[in-house]
Amino acid sequence: MTMTVHVDIVSAEKEIYSGLAEMVFASAELGEVGIAPRHAPFITKLMPGEVRVKVNETEQQSFYVSGGLLEVQPHVVTVLADTAIRAKDIDEAAALEAKARAEESLSDKSGKIDYAKAQAELAEAIMQLRTLEKLRKRGM
Amino acid sequence: MAVGKEIRTQITSIKNTQKITRAMEMVAASKMRKTKEKMDATRPYSKKISQIIKHLAHANPEYKHPFLQERDVKRVGVIVVSSDRGLCGGLNSNLFRVILKHFQEWEQAKIEIDVAVIGSKGVSFFSGINANIVGQVTKLGDTPHLEDIAGLIKLMLDAFYQKEIDALYLASNEFVNTMTQKPGVEKLLPISETDLEEDLSGHWDYLYEPDAQEVLDILLSRFVEAIVYQGLVENNACEQSARMVAMKSASDNAGNIIDELQLVYNKARQAAITQEISEIVSGAAAV
Repeated sequence: MTMTVHVDIVSAEKEIYSGLAEMVFASAELGEVGIAPRHAPFITKLMPGEVRVKVNETEQQSFYVSGGLLEVQPHVVTVLADTAIRAKDIDEAAALEAKARAEESLSDKSGKIDYAKAQAELAEAIMQLRTLEKLRKRGM
Repeated sequence: MAVGKEIRTQITSIKNTQKITRAMEMVAASKMRKTKEKMDATRPYSKKISQIIKHLAHANPEYKHPFLQERDVKRVGVIVVSSDRGLCGGLNSNLFRVILKHFQEWEQAKIEIDVAVIGSKGVSFFSGINANIVGQVTKLGDTPHLEDIAGLIKLMLDAFYQKEIDALYLASNEFVNTMTQKPGVEKLLPISETDLEEDLSGHWDYLYEPDAQEVLDILLSRFVEAIVYQGLVENNACEQSARMVAMKSASDNAGNIIDELQLVYNKARQAAITQEISEIVSGAAAV
């Protein structure tokens, strides 16, 4: 029997693949890599591209990853895939956008937290809920 | 018969409300199942990534990443995960109450607070109390994606790198079970040493490409992203289950009110009939 290695491909949103394979191919930052069972421990950045899992002689599965990391241990290969292409400038733009939206809605802030008001509002909401709870219990 | 027309219309209107709350309950129940599955699906990633970080931190004791360094806390950042929509019981209020308790502690210790908010409810609450909101993301829908919140997280991570904030917290609801959601504030950064402790059998290190620092940088920011994302998905599951429970009790309450009104209506009707009969009888006797 040929040797196999356990392969997990996971992204932050879901598990994409988990199973045994004879060989794994991925496009690492410094070039294409092929990982066979009992490869030395190894960790690298992945480029957006294909990850190919050779399950056996006849079966091959391929997945597209938009970047991420590849971690190799002698009996486990893990691909931590990104859910989307993460270029620095795209992230930067998103960060600025989040900030801009906050500034927009906060144009008239005084910068001091009004605890009394907050607590009053919360207390009111919570009392309403308690009352509903009580009403419900009484009604049963 | 003209008797109790007001009561009858009231009953009808409450019945309509009940129909709506019933429908919302069922929608929430089916959405809850989906969001719960999504919540479970995020677990393998953060588990894997934390394993690798643990290993790396042990293998490279000489390189201290900023995320692993404790420093004097003068300003903290808090990422608040709240829901976009209401009608989900005390889910958001309970969370905000817990956060406020932390805020007050920090205020007493003269620590300033920056807030980054996910979800409209959080935005309206924190801008209402004049907290310093540095970033916000709203309207993520039922299937949020990591990219949607990546910008917000980067904002906070950058602030941490530039020492604008000295600690980062995540405030969100933990899904205990369908009936129970536990609000909590959890420390994200700096990652404490005790979190990284693990008994490692044998010492070995990875081969790094391009180099260990760069890999660790990516891993740690992905790790924080994964935790926040998980918090968001978990909060979604909490929202749906809280809404389901809230709508169920609303439907039950509507049922109770209908029963009571029906009773009042029947009594009024009977009284009217009795009065009519006695009028007829007395009228007949007078003839």
